[in-house]
Amino acid sequence: MVLADELAKAQRSISVAEFFEKNKHLLGFDSPTRGIITTVKEAVDNALDACEEAEVLPDIYVGIKRISGDVFRIIVEDNGPGIIPEQIPYVFGKLLYGSRFHQIKQSRGQQGIGISAAVLYAQLTTGTPTLVISRTGAATPACQVLLQIKIETNEPDIISTQEIEWDRAHGTRVQIEFKSSLAAKKRLLEYLRYTAVVNPHARLRVDLDDETETFERVSAEIIVCPKAIQPHPHGIEIGQLQRMLASSDDPVELFLVSGFSRVGKKTALEMCQIAGISPGKSAKKLTKDEQRQLIAAMQQVNVPAPPASLCLSPIGEELIIRGLRKEFPMDFMRARTRPSSVFSGHPFMVEAALGYGGKLPPEGNAQILRFANRVPLMYQQGACAITGCITEINWKSYSVSQQGLPTGPLLILVHVASTNVPFTSESKDAIASIPEIEKEITLALQELGRDLKQFLSRRDRNRLAEDRARAVCAIIPEIAEKVSEIVELPVPDISPIEGRIMRKMVVKRRLSGDIVTIELNNYTDFNGTVSVYETSPDNADDAEPKADFVTSLDNEFTKVWQVPMTPGATWRVAWKGRGGGSLDIRGIDDGKLVVVDLNV
Amino acid sequence: MSKSDLNKRAIESLQTIAQNWYDQIKSGVIPSINLPTRTKHNIEYDGESEVWKYGEKESTRSAGSAKSAMHILKMAWVIWFLKKQIGENRSSTLRELYYISEGWKKAKFGAQDESNFLIEDLEILTDMQREAFHLRPEEDGATIFGPIELKEVTRRGERKIHCRDDVGEAGYQIPTNVDTIDFLGHDAKFVIAIETGGMYARLIENGFDEDYKAILVHLKGQPARSTRRVLNRINEQFKLPVVVFTDGDPWSYRIYASVAYGAIKSAHMSEILATPQARFIGVQPSDIRDYNLPSDHLNERDIAALNSELTDPRFATDYWREQINLQLKMGLKSEQQAFAARGLDFVTKEYLPKRLSDMGIL
Repeated sequence: MVLADELAKAQRSISVAEFFEKNKHLLGFDSPTRGIITTVKEAVDNALDACEEAEVLPDIYVGIKRISGDVFRIIVEDNGPGIIPEQIPYVFGKLLYGSRFHQIKQSRGQQGIGISAAVLYAQLTTGTPTLVISRTGAATPACQVLLQIKIETNEPDIISTQEIEWDRAHGTRVQIEFKSSLAAKKRLLEYLRYTAVVNPHARLRVDLDDETETFERVSAEIIVCPKAIQPHPHGIEIGQLQRMLASSDDPVELFLVSGFSRVGKKTALEMCQIAGISPGKSAKKLTKDEQRQLIAAMQQVNVPAPPASLCLSPIGEELIIRGLRKEFPMDFMRARTRPSSVFSGHPFMVEAALGYGGKLPPEGNAQILRFANRVPLMYQQGACAITGCITEINWKSYSVSQQGLPTGPLLILVHVASTNVPFTSESKDAIASIPEIEKEITLALQELGRDLKQFLSRRDRNRLAEDRARAVCAIIPEIAEKVSEIVELPVPDISPIEGRIMRKMVVKRRLSGDIVTIELNNYTDFNGTVSVYETSPDNADDAEPKADFVTSLDNEFTKVWQVPMTPGATWRVAWKGRGGGSLDIRGIDDGKLVVVDLNV
Repeated sequence: MSKSDLNKRAIESLQTIAQNWYDQIKSGVIPSINLPTRTKHNIEYDGESEVWKYGEKESTRSAGSAKSAMHILKMAWVIWFLKKQIGENRSSTLRELYYISEGWKKAKFGAQDESNFLIEDLEILTDMQREAFHLRPEEDGATIFGPIELKEVTRRGERKIHCRDDVGEAGYQIPTNVDTIDFLGHDAKFVIAIETGGMYARLIENGFDEDYKAILVHLKGQPARSTRRVLNRINEQFKLPVVVFTDGDPWSYRIYASVAYGAIKSAHMSEILATPQARFIGVQPSDIRDYNLPSDHLNERDIAALNSELTDPRFATDYWREQINLQLKMGLKSEQQAFAARGLDFVTKEYLPKRLSDMGIL
């Protein structure tokens, strides 16, 4: 027997399931810790996609519970359109089975690997089959399926299926058990928080080993589901063209017009002419050479960019800010949605946001939130084109310190939406370096950087003014007092200094003993009425003058005085109390106002 | 000047500062003070007194910013306190002042450096020494050993002390207020000021003071004001030459500079603290080479300090430029006790006598 014969005995086809069993890392299951995040991520992505397609506001429940030792049960439940009973085994029990792979539009999941990979992982680590419940509407009962994957053939293995009662009118619930750990709990919550940021229309409820958290929706607007479009002539390869040609019954000209986006009669004729093919020739009958000529001609002809507004669904500047504000209180927040653009025939759009200050950690690297098609990217930050762009930008010119990455209380969000996000690997952790995309990211961040710089310089100016106000209104009076004591003369009036320096309306609040005093000095030309709002536990019954009206809430009293102020005027109110609380002056331009708390 | 006159003058000059602020506030001007800039870029050589003093550069502190306003407020509190202290004929140490400020609310000091610095500001503004405000330094003075006799007014009356015959092995301890001592007489040819205690003890043990008629003064590192004042006074009164013996590294050259030219921090009092005739005896960088002394490599901070000295006006002489450049080239430094490598007697029997005769003192 020759060697080749012997080798042939060992040669056989490999099922995808077998392949992924050996290459778990390609799908994001390289460690038990990471498996839990990947599973939640895949299930939540599917749930959000399904809700979007059904145009319902997503209401998603994520439950993670330790069953015993290192075995965890993961439950993800949504209120999407549900899956018909016949399809359930394929959606969950067969790798590379999905509805979106062949469509050209923005969606979270694409290949139909994610959730079935989780089923496979459960099967490999605990041998427990996965439980799926789904219901398509109030009129039909829910269907419960217990399933696994036949690894040798990549086909679903149904263990049981039955109709059950379910409290949801429609939706899907998947329950998977596998070996894992909650070591990455923080990252898991981070993933859910980031998901909430870019899906402001979704409500996420999380039950993490008996710790619950809810990420509320901030927008009740249902996002318009992106529509699938035809491929663009610039984004096609020979193999795909051959398949399309083979299944077409049309002549070449009609084939081009109906099979591709943005190709009209004129463009189609131009392509045929350059390729030297008769427009009337049957598409099916093109020779190999003609096919090659046609694809070359398609690249040469100028074709408008694909209709991005149809197939992409950007979050929008306002919703990004609403989503961010909910999860990250910050002093400065600005978002930018760039116009759509194209790389190799694939439409894409970049959105970015910058946040500064607030509760962000004041030191260390900036916090980077990366998203692709509304999905947070949690791993391989260093390998991602987004990180590359951030590092390349000279942040120092926007008054932000930088050591490779920008540092300080800064948050950077970048969202890349595309019909085909170019990831560096199947685990979808990092975006590949595509020059067109990098250019858009850089432009978006630079625009935001300029806004941030303006904010920072204005804030510094304000700080300087406040510093001055503090010196003049709080410290100089004490200097005057002490100096008078030394030279044994009466304390001089410092209001001339105050007025000359401030040129503002100065509002001072002071607590001396048990007397609270608020004093207004108008060193501007302001002539009108201001409202003084003071909220504190003092009811100020004995205030002189009396408040114009008082409201109370939870043991706090809000006192309001309407005070007419002419240029140079002074007004004062005093009452017995403990002070504290907040003070707000309305009716005068903020730029003309300085409020100083003398007890701070 | 009598004690009560001195007190009166101190109160008056402090009060002048406060009066200025009072007048400023009264006429609607933000209170401020002018002080010379206290950096090495603003010290100038005064040909008449041969010491380095603050130059023309002044900075204005105006209460228009919170930081400067706080400085003036603290100064006002200190003036208020000193006025009271002088009036009641009490005194306190710099450290006590720092703790007293605990009760000053906003005006309390954050660290002792801050209050020390502020007192130096007041010395400059009033042209008086802190002792006039009844403030004592914390630092204890160093010690003297050798053929010199003095009289000290102590709390228990006047004492006559000979700094070799009437003291123990460690020598006579210089009090914090040098104005309480008078020098009576001596049998010496020169004064040698020594940086480290080890070398000071070596010279005593080897009988260097007797053999060469030397007054030994232990500097204890960077010398206190009182130690520098003693060197200044012995030099002035008896016209005795003063030599300074330190380690051979950039930090020790600064010790010599503060003895000879005055310290940047106290340049306002250089005239009474500095001894311009004092000369550097060693360890010179050329000694490290010539005697092949055991040495260490210069570290980055040493190199930075040497380079900084090259731009320091106090070191702008051919001698220092040559020595510092030589040291930078060798990249080495040695301690004065490195002479022990050639035997315990080497420093007193060979090195110092040779250097002293080279310098024309013996």
